[in-house]
Amino acid sequence: MKFHASLWIGALLFALVVIGGAFAPWLAHTDPVMDANLMNAELPPGAEFWFGTDAQGRDIFSRVLYGARISLTVGIVSQLINTLIGVALGLSAAYWGGWWDDLVNGLTNLMLAIPSLVFALAIMAILTPGLTSLLIALGLTNWSFTCRLTRAAALSVKQQGYVEAARSLGYGSFRIMLTQILPNIAGPIIVIATLGMGGAVLAEASLSFLGLGIRPPFPSWGSMLSDARDQITTAPWISIFPGLAIFVTVLGLNLLGDGLRDILDPQSRSRTA
Amino acid sequence: MLPFVIRRLVQAVPILLTVAALIFLLFSVIPGTFATTQMADGKSIVDAEQVARMNKQFGLDDPLPLRFVKYVGDLVTLDLGTSFRTRQPVTRGIGERLWPSFQLAMAAMLFAIVFGVPLGFLAAVKPGSWIDLSSMIIAVSGLSLPKFWLGLLLMYFFALTLGWFPSFGYGDGNPRYIVLPAVALGVAPLALLARTTRAAVLEVKNADFIRTARAKGAGEYRVMRRHVARNAMVIVLTTLGLQFGSVIGQAVVVEKLFAWPGLGSLLVDSVSLRDIPMVQGCILTIVLFFLVVNIVVDVLCAMIDPRIKYS
Repeated sequence: MKFHASLWIGALLFALVVIGGAFAPWLAHTDPVMDANLMNAELPPGAEFWFGTDAQGRDIFSRVLYGARISLTVGIVSQLINTLIGVALGLSAAYWGGWWDDLVNGLTNLMLAIPSLVFALAIMAILTPGLTSLLIALGLTNWSFTCRLTRAAALSVKQQGYVEAARSLGYGSFRIMLTQILPNIAGPIIVIATLGMGGAVLAEASLSFLGLGIRPPFPSWGSMLSDARDQITTAPWISIFPGLAIFVTVLGLNLLGDGLRDILDPQSRSRTA
Repeated sequence: MLPFVIRRLVQAVPILLTVAALIFLLFSVIPGTFATTQMADGKSIVDAEQVARMNKQFGLDDPLPLRFVKYVGDLVTLDLGTSFRTRQPVTRGIGERLWPSFQLAMAAMLFAIVFGVPLGFLAAVKPGSWIDLSSMIIAVSGLSLPKFWLGLLLMYFFALTLGWFPSFGYGDGNPRYIVLPAVALGVAPLALLARTTRAAVLEVKNADFIRTARAKGAGEYRVMRRHVARNAMVIVLTTLGLQFGSVIGQAVVVEKLFAWPGLGSLLVDSVSLRDIPMVQGCILTIVLFFLVVNIVVDVLCAMIDPRIKYS
């Protein structure tokens, strides 16, 4: 068996972030929001504050750990919504065809024409900033690729003998779609979902950076960077660590996705790079 | 070729109209209007009479279907309405921002092409070599970097510490101002281009016609340039077109960070102020821009690869 370097490195980095977020209350010695102390403002990284402190004297290490919770929640939940929408539409379009297929195709083309970050921005303009709004905005705007992929894969599987057999056994449409087709096209969908999760983490950080996502004082990596901008000359470490956290999370997910593709979907390696 | 271009342009019209309808409906369901945001800005009590007057002034008190018909009618005559904030036509506000946005997107793509394509090509010539390995490490890192963080770091090192480039602003077209935002924006497409180019070259390299070219005695350089590069180019171009969409989207963040006077920063500012006609105009312009770029890419692909039919 080949050693899959990117799979293992990616899994390791992602596990690091998950553990950091999950055990934040035990790993951090201060509260990320409440423990502000102006006496400690803008301290460089040291023995007491590993990542230094920000302008309000809050421990950046603690804020980065708690920030993982927000990033991971948004990344996982919004990508789950995207995958559900994409798979439901793509699978049913391929199976039923006809006007439904045309409608889904038109909708997918429409979604592909609007850059997803711009679309999410527009939705955030309507909703009040916050976690739920972010989940809605990011969960509804990035399913077109999953939908296309599912549809194409389902179309080819649909012709297989075992689907025909299931139909002649009297299986209903939903049962055939979920038990006969879906398990056979799950590999590429999982790969896209992993990569999409990285994209969602980036999008959350971008929106929070613009002040349209998670609002301060809650420790989102994006809003921390937005605050850090003003102190970049006097205290650059305030900008370094939240950004590094985003980078490690997204890098982990991208490597994991690449590694999973080698295993689950080997023939697409050259097709989509 | 002309009928092909016209047909593609005509195909873009329904998409654009649907986007317009979608955005219109999206912004009709907002509870607060510009008037209430404006009022609530300074004081906590909202003067109902003044809100009604402002709504009337902007035609916000008409029934929804009537407003939609009016909106589409204006759209056909290229009238995008009046900005709530500046009280000037939206088209003028967007017109001022169009050129800087275009410059930045082009500079970012140029940076991505100049470094990304050779990187991917070199990686594919010797798969498994250290060039291949390091270029793929650059590629996967480039895709994972948050643009605004990269921009912030670039700003810190190259502007504030070394003083090589100005840290932000447009500088009236001085080319030194565009370098840092273009690099921050171009790294992700660079990474994707490197990966796509590598994959495309690897795929073409083993094709039958390459073996034929070698069998005919063509030199390595000629094989690479005439046969491999030309065939891989189509796949690379298609990626380029699709990448444009995300570059325009990501430009929102980079423009805001570097205070670049483009469409993206206009969009963000208008969103925060609920200047709805301006938001609608910005999104429509961005979508139109993206559609046009993809038509141009399709035409270029058909010009490079004669097997692609104009259909």
